Formats: sequence, C-alpha cells, structure tokens
Amino acid sequence: MEIPYTIETRPDTGLTSPKLGVWLFLASEVMLFGALFSSYVLLRTGAESWPEQSSIVNIPLATLNTAILISSSVTMVMSWASLKMHDFSKFKLYMGLTFLCGLGFLVVKAFEYGEKITHHLYPSTNNFIGIYFLLTGLHGLHVVGGMVVNGYMWGPGAKMWKTEPEKFTNRVEVSGLYWHFVDLVWIFLFPVLYLL
Amino acid sequence: MAHSADDIRSHVRVYISVFVALLVFTLITVAVSYLDLPIAPAVILALLVATIKGSLVALFFMHLKGEKAFVVYSLALTAFFFMLLFALPMWTEGDHIIGTRPNAWSAGTELPQTPEHSPAPAH
Repeated sequence: MEIPYTIETRPDTGLTSPKLGVWLFLASEVMLFGALFSSYVLLRTGAESWPEQSSIVNIPLATLNTAILISSSVTMVMSWASLKMHDFSKFKLYMGLTFLCGLGFLVVKAFEYGEKITHHLYPSTNNFIGIYFLLTGLHGLHVVGGMVVNGYMWGPGAKMWKTEPEKFTNRVEVSGLYWHFVDLVWIFLFPVLYLL
Repeated sequence: MAHSADDIRSHVRVYISVFVALLVFTLITVAVSYLDLPIAPAVILALLVATIKGSLVALFFMHLKGEKAFVVYSLALTAFFFMLLFALPMWTEGDHIIGTRPNAWSAGTELPQTPEHSPAPAH
C-alpha cells in the first residue's frame, strides 16, 4: 500500500505526512531532553557542593565538536539544496561530508570519554559526571541514529533519485530536520555541561 | 514549504552566512567562559547566546522561517510544556534558586562543615 502524502501536501495541514511526523517526533524529543536538562538544574541547585565543571571536562575538544556539528548542519542543508538544484553529484558530496562529520564528532567524543575513564571518572563518581555521561551519551546515540539514516540516504537509499526524485528530496529534507535537531541539542549541552 | 531551484540558489548564501554566525557565536561563548563572570550573568549570557544559535539553526537550516502554521503551533505548544517542565521543579525548589543561598551554583565551593551539614555518623 502506498503511503499517502509523501510528495503532495495534505490539504488540511499543508504538509507532507513525513514532515509532519518528524516535527511531532522532534517535539517529543524536546520533552525528553527537557526532562534531563530539568534534572540537571535540580541536581545542581539542590547540591551542597558541585565540582568545578570546567576542570573536569575538556573545553577545547568540546569546542572542536561544536564546530564539527555546526559544519555538518551546513553540509546537510547543502545536500538537500543540491537535490533541489538537480545536482546529484553535489548531493553525494555534501551528504558524504555530513556522515564524516558525524563520525568525526563520535571519534572526538570517544577521546573525551577515554580521558574520563583514564582519570577514574565514572558515572558513579558524582552527580555531575553521572549526568554528563547520561546527557552526552544520549546525544551521542542520537548522532549514531542520524548517521545510520544519512548513510542510508547516501548509499542504498539514493537509488530512489532515479525513480522518484521528488520523494527522495523530501526524505532528505526530513532526515535533515532530525540532524539539525541533534545539532540544536548540542548547542545547549555545550555551555551547560562545559562552560558554566 | 515549496522551493524552486532559483529560490534555493539565493538561500545558499544565507546558509553560509548563518554558518559563519554560528561559528562566531561559539567563539564568543567560549571566550566569555574564560572571563570568570559571577554565575548569574554567566548563566544568562551563555543561555542567551545558545538561544540565538538555536534560533538560527531552527529558522534557517530547519526552514522554520516561513513554515506552515500547523508546525509553528505544535512547536509553540511544545515550548509551553517545556517551560512548565522547568517552572514546576523551580517553584518547588524556590529556596535553592541562584543567589538565594551559598549553594552549588557557585561551582567548586564547599559549604562549611556546620553540625547540620556534617555527614551523619557511621553506624
């Protein structure tokens, strides 16, 4: 059975079904991360003492990761723009770069985690380290999820461009919505966990 | 949101400008953190810059600027509940809010060991 409204928009919402679905999913994600941010605020305001965060985390590595994720957001939107301009080879280039940026982010994150483990800083060490691993770990899982989708769009999923280019372009657009959201979450995680 | 190829070409320059702005704001956030401001202005400034950066991503990369009303209303409802999620615990923990007692917002500080703060004796 063909899924309705994947190319044309629904008359009532003015949106395609995948786009509406992804926006509603992202709304639920806002509440998920919101609950964890709220927990962080409660833990910190309720604590009698709190470690100096900047002496535990690695600010240069996190700044590098911020630049990587911001760059990946640009390459993601450029991959969609390339499809809109009917330039499939540029799409492949930009989507490939987006995937590599995701990989780069995870590699930097792995170094960061390795540093913590080397210094015997585990989630059980204190509340800050606990919520640091929880928030960055959950965000990292979202990066992995986005990379799976982006990798599919770059590889096997790209065959659709030949048969249904408009539908494929819409798929890339909604994948981009998710990827930009992952970037957006990091934009708030970065100052909260690393700089304050 | 419908886009023609010509629209997209004009948008590409906007994407690049937003990218540069995001990098500049990132550097500002990091630079400000090295100023060792008191915690209240540091929190406000960091969250303000993060909100500006987040808005740029949502408005331009996610095309929220010019998106259909249905999406905007759904997100407005989400934003309301997001604020509520923060407001309820803050009300219940009102006496712990920044500046009302020497607490953990002054990071790296330990409270003096008065009897009420001393660890309970081991049994």
